[in-house]
Amino acid sequence: MSGPGVAWYLGISAFLFGTGALGVLVRRNPIIVLLSLEIMLNGGNLALIAFSRHAHNGAGQIFALAVMAVAASEVCVGLGLVVAIHRRRLALDVDRLSELRG
Amino acid sequence: MILASAGNIVVWIVWVGAGFACLASGVAVVSFSNPFYSALALIGNLGSLAVLYLLLSAEFVAAAQVLVYAGAVMVMFLFVIAYVGPRMETPWAGGPSWQSVAAVLAAGSIFLEIIVAVALKAGGRLSHSDHVNSTFGSPGWIGRLFLTDHLLAFEITSIVLLIAAVGGVILGSHTQRRSGEEASTS
Repeated sequence: MSGPGVAWYLGISAFLFGTGALGVLVRRNPIIVLLSLEIMLNGGNLALIAFSRHAHNGAGQIFALAVMAVAASEVCVGLGLVVAIHRRRLALDVDRLSELRG
Repeated sequence: MILASAGNIVVWIVWVGAGFACLASGVAVVSFSNPFYSALALIGNLGSLAVLYLLLSAEFVAAAQVLVYAGAVMVMFLFVIAYVGPRMETPWAGGPSWQSVAAVLAAGSIFLEIIVAVALKAGGRLSHSDHVNSTFGSPGWIGRLFLTDHLLAFEITSIVLLIAAVGGVILGSHTQRRSGEEASTS
């Protein structure tokens, strides 16, 4: 079996990372910023797994699983923040949430 | 020989389908104005990424991707979006502002930088070996790696998850206590 090479997967992962970066920079809804962050993390994951297959080494897959755990915890804290912001009746807009004062 | 080339064609077809679905749903996440649709598009993105992981013979990671991401994390996202209420946002309305132009330029330059780096540094040497062990990417193999070579990473991952759970609880309970205080003083 010789399917597409690693470079093709790296192209997809680069495009995903760019798309996620665009979403983080453009969108103002913090939930969509978190979703775009997930896309960026998944782009990194795809590159890690492609290189793991390329080098025939399991460390890349281990690292991808660690990234997945970090993403899950980041979503946990981020969505907790979104719910806390919503409870305070503040606007869900990252441009207007520029102060850390409670 | 014919069987091998037929398998090759099938791999390419699956790769093109999954890759196209992946890219299209990624763009859809960023461009939908309704966060609910964005979250649903992200589920499609994660599913097609799991297919790509399977093509890279990373079976356990693909299963974990579907279970953890498309299952648990996205349910949490959808729950919070339903709790907060869908807030429409039209990111590209009102013509291009300097902020969106700068964002597109920055994202495009990141993309180009990665592509150029990959093409320049590793262009000709990126063809992986055809042969792969049957245990490569299997749960048992991953588990053995986790408990031998990468034990520290495994333990630190559990601590990170614990800290995140505590942080989520504190973020949730703090605002509740504060609103209770306000209710008692007023």
